[in-house]
Amino acid sequence: MVLYVCVGVEFMPISRSVVVSSTPSAVVDVFRQLQPGLKASNFSEEDIFAVHLALEEAFTNAVKHGNKMEPSKAVKIDYAIEPDKVEICMTDEGLGFDPEVIPDPRYGDNLYKPAGRGMLLMRSFMDVIEYNKQGNSVRMIRYREKRRPSSKSTAGNNP
Amino acid sequence: MASLKPKVSVEYGEKATIVTFTDEKILEERDIVELQGSLMGIIEQTEKINLILDFSTVKFLSSAVLGLLIRVSKKVYEQNGQLRLCNINPRIYEIFKITRLTKIFDISPDRASAAASLAGQQ
Repeated sequence: MVLYVCVGVEFMPISRSVVVSSTPSAVVDVFRQLQPGLKASNFSEEDIFAVHLALEEAFTNAVKHGNKMEPSKAVKIDYAIEPDKVEICMTDEGLGFDPEVIPDPRYGDNLYKPAGRGMLLMRSFMDVIEYNKQGNSVRMIRYREKRRPSSKSTAGNNP
Repeated sequence: MASLKPKVSVEYGEKATIVTFTDEKILEERDIVELQGSLMGIIEQTEKINLILDFSTVKFLSSAVLGLLIRVSKKVYEQNGQLRLCNINPRIYEIFKITRLTKIFDISPDRASAAASLAGQQ
């Protein structure tokens, strides 16, 4: 494990690798480790919300669909906080899946079905989402201070 | 005000039953199962329920909660009731908007407008 910290005004990247069991609450501790680094690196609350949501959704998929809720199976989470971005890579011990076959939950009867919403949120709140060939590892990146017109318009449209 | 510990508080008004989520974060499967039990119980208690779900305390939720809300919605409408969501903060509203669940749910800015939008009396 390599750990760098912010010293004075000079930004030093933070990079960590953790392995947790397939219990839904395990991701809470991972976010508790990640959050201070994001705050110390002056990521906005919007960035932190997005990273938190993507982390939760990816972890739920890894535990539920990848490791089939078997606590003995592990989830490996690597993350790096850099001046312009935060990057998370999550790998489970499952057989993997093809993300292309997941139905779009926004249309027709899929609106009422549970599948695909977590992945849609990951794609919406992160700037990069990539799966490995096997489909048991996802890499996600959120860039700092990227302009997000949809977010701004939402605040105005909020009922 | 009755209290169903620890996930929701319930107010039985003349026009509607108002359920307020008490947790800031709704994430874990266990919490969602508890919430579902509480909400389904409330819906079954009242014929043609006018139900308002107040999200004023909620700052973070996952997609699993959206699934729960869809199940709640189905149950309410099966019983010829009405459902309104209110006091949803902009970040959470973004989640509803991205998933297009704004097409399914009637979302009001606050309790008063949610109650005003209900047709008839409970």
